[in-house]
Amino acid sequence: MIRKVVRFVDQRSGGAPLLRKTLRYLFPDHWSFLLGEVALYAFVVLVATGTYLALFYSDSTAEVRYHGPYRPLQGQEMTEAYHSVLNISFSVRAGLLIRQTHHWAADVFVAAILLHLLRIFFTGAYRKPRELTYLLGLSILGVSLLEGYLGYSLVDDLLSGMGLAIGYAVAVSIPFVGANLAELIWDGPFPGTHAFFSRMYIAHVFIFPILIAVLLTAHLALVALRHHTQFRAGPRQTERKIVGMPTFPGQTPRSLGLFLITAGVLFLLGGLAQINPVWLWGPYHTYSSTNGAQPDWYLGWLIGALRLMPGWDFAIGRYTVIPNPFWGGVLFPLAVFGFLLGWPWVERRFVSHDYGYHNLLDRPRDAPIRTGIGVGVFTFVAMIFVAGAADRIDVLFGWSYTSQIWTYRIAIWLVPIAIGVVAHRVCVELLEGEQAERSRRLAEELARRDGERHTLEEPA
Amino acid sequence: MGRAKDVLISAALLVVGRHRRPRLGDGERIVPDGPAERGWESVAIVLFGLAALSALAFPILYGLDVSPSTQLLGISLGLSLVLAGAGLVVTAHKLVVTEEIEEDYPPEEHPEEQELVDRIVQESGGRLTRRRLFGLALGGAGGAIALALVTPVVSLGPVFRISPLLGTPWRRGRRLVDEDGRPWLASDIEENDFYTAFPEGADDEELGSPLILVRLPKHALRLPEHLRDFPANGIVAYSKICTHAACAISLYRTPLFAQDEPRRALVCPCHYSTFDPADGGSVIFGPAGRKLPMLPIHVDRKGHLRAAGNFDEPVGPSWWGVRLRKPNP
Repeated sequence: MIRKVVRFVDQRSGGAPLLRKTLRYLFPDHWSFLLGEVALYAFVVLVATGTYLALFYSDSTAEVRYHGPYRPLQGQEMTEAYHSVLNISFSVRAGLLIRQTHHWAADVFVAAILLHLLRIFFTGAYRKPRELTYLLGLSILGVSLLEGYLGYSLVDDLLSGMGLAIGYAVAVSIPFVGANLAELIWDGPFPGTHAFFSRMYIAHVFIFPILIAVLLTAHLALVALRHHTQFRAGPRQTERKIVGMPTFPGQTPRSLGLFLITAGVLFLLGGLAQINPVWLWGPYHTYSSTNGAQPDWYLGWLIGALRLMPGWDFAIGRYTVIPNPFWGGVLFPLAVFGFLLGWPWVERRFVSHDYGYHNLLDRPRDAPIRTGIGVGVFTFVAMIFVAGAADRIDVLFGWSYTSQIWTYRIAIWLVPIAIGVVAHRVCVELLEGEQAERSRRLAEELARRDGERHTLEEPA
Repeated sequence: MGRAKDVLISAALLVVGRHRRPRLGDGERIVPDGPAERGWESVAIVLFGLAALSALAFPILYGLDVSPSTQLLGISLGLSLVLAGAGLVVTAHKLVVTEEIEEDYPPEEHPEEQELVDRIVQESGGRLTRRRLFGLALGGAGGAIALALVTPVVSLGPVFRISPLLGTPWRRGRRLVDEDGRPWLASDIEENDFYTAFPEGADDEELGSPLILVRLPKHALRLPEHLRDFPANGIVAYSKICTHAACAISLYRTPLFAQDEPRRALVCPCHYSTFDPADGGSVIFGPAGRKLPMLPIHVDRKGHLRAAGNFDEPVGPSWWGVRLRKPNP
């Protein structure tokens, strides 16, 4: 049977040699290599659930009155877009399950990419010959952040409207061209025209997903062409020899199993853990807002940066060169991405002076400077992320918002440096410990051999 | 009879086994053998069986619309996927062999191939005499065509018309109304509360429209000279749109406990830009880079609130030209 199928395909495509090679393609084994896979599977779930949602969603901003099953919004005026999302949630059978699964999948997708990125960074997996793979991965992360933002902006409830208002302010804040750019995107000043929602919709369901899919394909193709990196588990793994299990039979059930478990967990979350209850916030109007509004987690670092900036626009005379939201909303993420994009080249030029090929991964301790700087930058971003939740911290723990912001404004510069230095120190000490351990063992070995020689000599 | 049977069998063999070729010898396996694991095999079979049952529950729950349907549907679908996944993980670890094969990484590079590609390209252009000019012309054509192709993007919006960013619907004499279009009376506005107002007959959703109104005791007002006559009977009117990031200001802090909250303030809940309503809307705290625009108002003979002009500053978030002009007209 299998033979027949293979023959049929081979006779028509000549693909048997490729298929045979693919089945025996090697995958080194380590749990941390699965993080990227989880992201890929979350993306599959996103495309599947998103396609279903698109069959019910309307991007129209025409005003309608709500007469659905959800009592508190009875008779309220709202856009057709928000109305259609309420319908998906209350009137389409299994609609809420799919919508919540979609939202959870988006959160897990970005989280998995981030963890994958941290693994890549701290093991030096981005080094030659995999710099392009790394750059493609970073661009997937960037596009995904925008894609997620567009996704929850389409709902047109109060939270998504507030998010769009902030997005508009960030867009107009771009020096010299911001206002013109925003007028282009919104088809006029905020809140824009109906065309703006159509644009978001087509970008969210067509342009960005295809962009992600193309980048993802290139990313995976490069991974396959250069083969996977590996940790040095023993003498068999070298820069030239890859040790791993083949696609079939070893890797296939593992990957398929991980895919099913990822999808299963996402559907369990979608069914059991409420996320973004859009009906609670009501429709958006430019003149309404709510306290305690928080974006999806992956934009928390940006809201933190926007909140931490001291209150000034940079103006020369009456010309406003840098309006305030530019710092936190554009410059900060650009700087973080710039650091990540440039790091492989900065490292080899100024830190390691290592221009060689690498198939073996570093442990974080093997590159103390990289680890120190990476931990410092990560702490910096993480602290700004926490600052984005300062109002929640105020409510939960009673630490006043104002004094928190002043503390963070200073601490985000000092703490990362301190933690980075500590991380560097820990790496160095671990390496020294290993070195000492090796010398001790060597000395013992020598002593033992010495003893053996004596025992050999004694009878004589 | 026996002969007929033989003929039939050999005919069947001919038809079915016609293309059969010799299999690989048993001695040279590709995938190494291992012992049978009947126990784990049973575990995997049971897991797949449970996954099937859980998945079959989905259409039944869907059809019967059993409440709470989102939760039950999620459990049925999610559990079936997790169980099937667990079955595959058992298969991977216990039922198929875990091989550890080593092989060479692909070569770092292919210098000969690089050389060949270079030569192919070079030799293909061998008949060109003015290579640089040719390249320039080709590149120029490509660039110009690209420019032509992106030009229609300008149709997306009024990219060069920035006056709408400075405009507001407020004019002298325009009445202040509430969300349902009822005019605000000066006597409706009480201290220690805030009110939202709109220009009568205009679009509520425009950034220049919504106002936040508060009444302050006369002694609390500390307005600069040019804003002295902006309030009416202690009522001050500000744009409701935060000058930081265009969110609506929807928090009013009144000094109930003088020590904790020393000053009255209008606060935006998005990034906590905080404005002083007593001194013309200056920024007390937070990221806003400009004061809150203030609208001059007066009380007409019927006691209704009316605009006495336009805002003192442009409304909404900052952009490159926000300080160049006052709001239209």
